[in-house]
Amino acid sequence: MPHHANLTLFGMNLTPVLTVIGVAAIAWAAVTSETSIQKPARADGRVVVTYWEKWSDFEFDAMRAVVDEFNKSQDKIFVEVLSVPNIAQKTLLATSGGIPPDIAGLFGGNVAQYAYNNAVIPLDEFAAEAGINRDQYIPAYYDFCTYRGQLWCLPATPASTALHYNVDMLKAAGFDEPPKTLEDLDAMDKVIGRKDGDSLKSMGFLPTEPGWWPFAWPGFFGGKLWDGETKITMATPENIRAYEWMGSYSKRYGSATVSSFQEGFGTFKSPQNAFMDSKVATVLQGVWMHNFITTFKPELNYYAAPFPYPADRPELANSTVLDLDILVIPRGAKHPKEAFEFIKFVQSQKGMEMLCLGQKKNSPLAKTSPGFLENHPNPHIKLFQSLAFSENAIAPPKTPIWAQWGDEIRTATQSINSGSKTAEQAMKEVDTKMQPLLDKVIRRERALGIYPEKTGEENN
Amino acid sequence: MNKPGHLTNQTRAGLLFAAPWLIGFSVFLLFPLLKAFYNSFTEYTILTPPVWIGFENYADIIRDELFWKSLGNTFYYAFIAVPVSTVIAISLAMLLNTKVKGQAFYRTFFFLPALVPAVPLAILWLWLFNGEAGIINAIIEPIFGVRPNWLGDVNLAKNILIVMSAWGVGHAMVIYLAGLQQVPIALYEAADLDGASPLRKTFQITIPMLSPVIMFNVVMAIIGSFQVFTQPYIMFPGGAPERSTYFYSVYIYDAAFRDNRMGYASAMGWIMFLIILVLTLTAIKFMDKKVHYESN
Repeated sequence: MPHHANLTLFGMNLTPVLTVIGVAAIAWAAVTSETSIQKPARADGRVVVTYWEKWSDFEFDAMRAVVDEFNKSQDKIFVEVLSVPNIAQKTLLATSGGIPPDIAGLFGGNVAQYAYNNAVIPLDEFAAEAGINRDQYIPAYYDFCTYRGQLWCLPATPASTALHYNVDMLKAAGFDEPPKTLEDLDAMDKVIGRKDGDSLKSMGFLPTEPGWWPFAWPGFFGGKLWDGETKITMATPENIRAYEWMGSYSKRYGSATVSSFQEGFGTFKSPQNAFMDSKVATVLQGVWMHNFITTFKPELNYYAAPFPYPADRPELANSTVLDLDILVIPRGAKHPKEAFEFIKFVQSQKGMEMLCLGQKKNSPLAKTSPGFLENHPNPHIKLFQSLAFSENAIAPPKTPIWAQWGDEIRTATQSINSGSKTAEQAMKEVDTKMQPLLDKVIRRERALGIYPEKTGEENN
Repeated sequence: MNKPGHLTNQTRAGLLFAAPWLIGFSVFLLFPLLKAFYNSFTEYTILTPPVWIGFENYADIIRDELFWKSLGNTFYYAFIAVPVSTVIAISLAMLLNTKVKGQAFYRTFFFLPALVPAVPLAILWLWLFNGEAGIINAIIEPIFGVRPNWLGDVNLAKNILIVMSAWGVGHAMVIYLAGLQQVPIALYEAADLDGASPLRKTFQITIPMLSPVIMFNVVMAIIGSFQVFTQPYIMFPGGAPERSTYFYSVYIYDAAFRDNRMGYASAMGWIMFLIILVLTLTAIKFMDKKVHYESN
């Protein structure tokens, strides 16, 4: 090609120049997107508070009803609620990008991680100003929200768990009462557990169905996963006993048989759910279970009772696993003050009970209004409400490494159930793997001057 | 001659034309790559500024049992999946290269699995391999009298992913097919005159003539299999059972986005990059002697 042809091309054709300008424009838009994402002001001058909520479905509708109620109750603030899947990550990334929502509805088990990572702002001053304090709550729920002496969230809906049992299956096996002790539970399983050839047809109980809280078994045996401060203690006698008990169910029928039996279960939200399908006669489940049973298997004759305790430790009766949905204000939120106004509304007796009735859960508040328990759609709500007050309530450890630690426990329980490791071996391994990570967190917190700070309420 | 420091108009025009790609590469690949390299020497929790900690992440990684476990799983997968799928892809390509009736139909048919998106494919395989109700055991049990627990057995679960990788050889197969069509007919005709057997023709003509394509596909397969993520992530949450399906990329993802240990994840990413680089260079060096280019 002659040299001048290129020149002419360069002189005449502006495509490359335009392309560069286009790319630059996109890059510029990306950099300044913060301003473009900002909500336009409302004509009525109300401050718009954006709120991301993890729920979809009826739980989201219940929250939206509370939002509507709040928006109606005053004329300064307008909350816009959005159902956001995969919320923990999206909130984290939006926060790091400087465009977080004003409120995020996250999971209670990770408060320490959010606080440690500077992802949320402390709410102590707001709460003090609004007259919100621990006494108004069931203590175990409030304590989900504290870490290193500060308050990082406030409750949305809570949950507690109990043994759900299939009345017909128990009756057919000759049991008129639900098992009181873990020994009763084991005995019942031995009667109901039925093998046909080398395949299982039914079980009385199966610790891995649904197996959502593998960290909780020690709690039912009075064990602790750590000292609440600096030392992980997975391999204590109580904990080993708990995991040996858990593994005994796989041992009884053979781990391959049990795992194959389990593969035949349908998904949780389906009529083929192992409990609804009468494959497993009893199950440790939360206050939400009633909603799913009424949806998928309304004819199921079931009842709920406190989870059994070891016969030699009667003081451990009424043990329950607690869970909590929380509301936080991400760091960098544009309207923290207005955001807290809404959170405060949710904490009110009216807002909270409207939400909990809508989501069909118990209340995190210490007192319930007359009629709340009586009109509640869950027939067993009084049990769940009272269990939440239990001294033996089990909550996940509050530490930023919990996501990893919990995963490590889950893997360890798989090894125990398959028989590839003893409970003691597996727990010692979790200790060795996790302690250095915890040490590192504490070193960093000491360097930043946020530890030690005795809170007096660190539990479990 | 131009003075140094002055670009000719031609160079300038060329750079401008290349600019969109250069900018895209710099912004979306080069910058993240370098940033990740820097981050790998820091403790970085995403929301707080990175803190320089030197080689601590790398030292921790070497002591991290899970790192070795996930690396071992990944090597196991790559070292079986790459040869298996290469052999299958070449064999299929050769079969589909024969002149039979309905050739176009067969070509489409064998390519189809490669078009199924990873997520539904993963779910389908879960159903097929279900130990209790899966169709594979429904076939195996009457014949062999065993009912393997494919998904729950530490020794079996990983291998399902290898079977799945063989299922997705469509893309490589098409490239091999194109390569096969480049082989001059004259070579086969000459071999026929000399009375060469079909097997001999395969090993003396087809494979050598296909070698540049094989090298390309093997290198791509090595890179791809070291980054396997979607299928194990969907099918085996947490690498269950007992982390036997926990792959390197999944660990990087968990470290970065579950545990917020971006520095650690970056260091792992760079180690992976170096491993793939070494493997690729080894593969090229090893095969280069054996690769025939037509122009040579």
